[in-house]
Amino acid sequence: MKYAYFPGCSANSTGISFTLSADYVGGRIGLELEEIPDWCCCGTSAALVTSADLSLALPARSLALAEQHLPGLDVATPCAGCFASLKGAQHYVRRGTEQRAHVEQLIEMPYAATAEVYSFLEVMAQPEVSEQIASQLTTGLNGLKVASYYGCALVRPADVTQFEDPENPQSMDRLMELAGAEAISWAYKTECCGASHQISEPKGARLLVERIFADAAANGAEAIACACPLCLLNLDLREAEINATRQARGEQPFDIPIYYFTELLGAAMGGSAKQLGIDRHFWPAEALVQRAVSPSPAEPVLDDAGLKPDSADAPAAAPTAAPMAAPMATPEQPAEPAAEAPAAAPAEAAATPATAVAKEVADE
Amino acid sequence: MVQILDLSAATQADLGSVAAIAKSAGVDFDDCYQCGKCSAGCPMAHEMDFLPRQVIRLLQLGQYQEALGAHTPWVCANCMVCSARCPQGVDIAAIMLSLRRAAKRAGLRPEKETDIFDDIFVGNIRRFGKSNEAVLAGMFNLKSGHLMQDVLNAPKMAVRGMIGPKLHSVHDKDAVRQLVDKCLAAEKAKGQAAQSGGEVSPS
Repeated sequence: MKYAYFPGCSANSTGISFTLSADYVGGRIGLELEEIPDWCCCGTSAALVTSADLSLALPARSLALAEQHLPGLDVATPCAGCFASLKGAQHYVRRGTEQRAHVEQLIEMPYAATAEVYSFLEVMAQPEVSEQIASQLTTGLNGLKVASYYGCALVRPADVTQFEDPENPQSMDRLMELAGAEAISWAYKTECCGASHQISEPKGARLLVERIFADAAANGAEAIACACPLCLLNLDLREAEINATRQARGEQPFDIPIYYFTELLGAAMGGSAKQLGIDRHFWPAEALVQRAVSPSPAEPVLDDAGLKPDSADAPAAAPTAAPMAAPMATPEQPAEPAAEAPAAAPAEAAATPATAVAKEVADE
Repeated sequence: MVQILDLSAATQADLGSVAAIAKSAGVDFDDCYQCGKCSAGCPMAHEMDFLPRQVIRLLQLGQYQEALGAHTPWVCANCMVCSARCPQGVDIAAIMLSLRRAAKRAGLRPEKETDIFDDIFVGNIRRFGKSNEAVLAGMFNLKSGHLMQDVLNAPKMAVRGMIGPKLHSVHDKDAVRQLVDKCLAAEKAKGQAAQSGGEVSPS
């Protein structure tokens, strides 16, 4: 399992935790990555808005270098933005000889677009790789409620990215379930985080992040999993500020740490927060993952039946669940969500026989 | 908001420019029947002067100057939800990109900050071959005048190893610079051609 590796510009900076955690998981499952010699920035949306040619030429240069120096290897990249740019150039060149000639003239190098381009998420979601991941799991995530957040760049435009379902993708959800998390169903998995507008248009763009948190919270998420360094940064870096605004408006703050999906996989394999980069987040993320990977001693663990000791976590989860459920509260009933939360959490989990029975009774 | 448009004001040049936008975006504006699905799903709609649907309506009516001056293409985050959901297969996001590039070529920038950000980004690539995020954020603050924006996050990022004093760059800086210059020069030439009426489509 070897790929030509396109790290992207964030790999050693804002996306450092993605690199650390992907390296950790990759090391455990025997993923080999060979960096494309002298790759350059993919240009991302800045090139796209500046010049159509530039948005083709920048990624095509790196892909051509991969073809030249690492023949026969498909390309893998962690960053969803890089993935979209690389796929865009590859897709364009594959459209015909005229397009290929145009790009080759721009980059002054041959580029046949023979290699496939994959995101790390796609690499790890392949059945044989997922099997490898499963074989390396130690603690698992013990029913941690995770909202899988795919963002835009992996899924759109669907004919270019050739990812799975553009409205309701499942690959990250499946990986989270594989690692023992509960992948929650929610509506914002492919909504935009605002991308660079969080810097250039912060006033208008913050709402995008707030809506993502609000929908995750409304659906009971304890954590959000990401596959894009910019998505993660935009959520993680802005959560405290959004919470301050919400509190000023008299609304409940969120308490949802954001993780790279590789961080959660690595944690389920026994990796430490430091090894995985979880200690580098803005919104504190270590305690929740620590709790998720530590089976609680308070209740018998029902591992044999493949059941997760969720209910043991319920008392600890309740304080977190209460503020998260609160955004859905109607203004005239402020006390209700808090009262509901402890009861609602185990019922939703439906993981232990006791809660399953309780749910059946309630349904009748 | 009711707006009065003088439809007779659409000149042949305007109609030609509209056709050029359609060609560049690979769309036919007549495909749009104004259902508004693009605008319903647009996450940045609350910041737009014209909804995506309305921008297309302007172009359908030949109101090129109105569309060219709209904030909408600059507020667009290019998330492409509109294009993914259009029942008629109109690539609305591509229209926004084409309009924005045409506006920039014409020397317009209704949203100063977005333009500054993307210019610095491309300048960064031209100079280093890679994007240095600390340089990007710092230069954005200087050039936009938002000097204190995110400044308090910088030390935290440094502690976390997210930014540092070391800049990364490609080895073959000349190759990337020439590539960027070539593309930017082509954009500039397109702008000059448009000004002298060259962008007017023969149809």
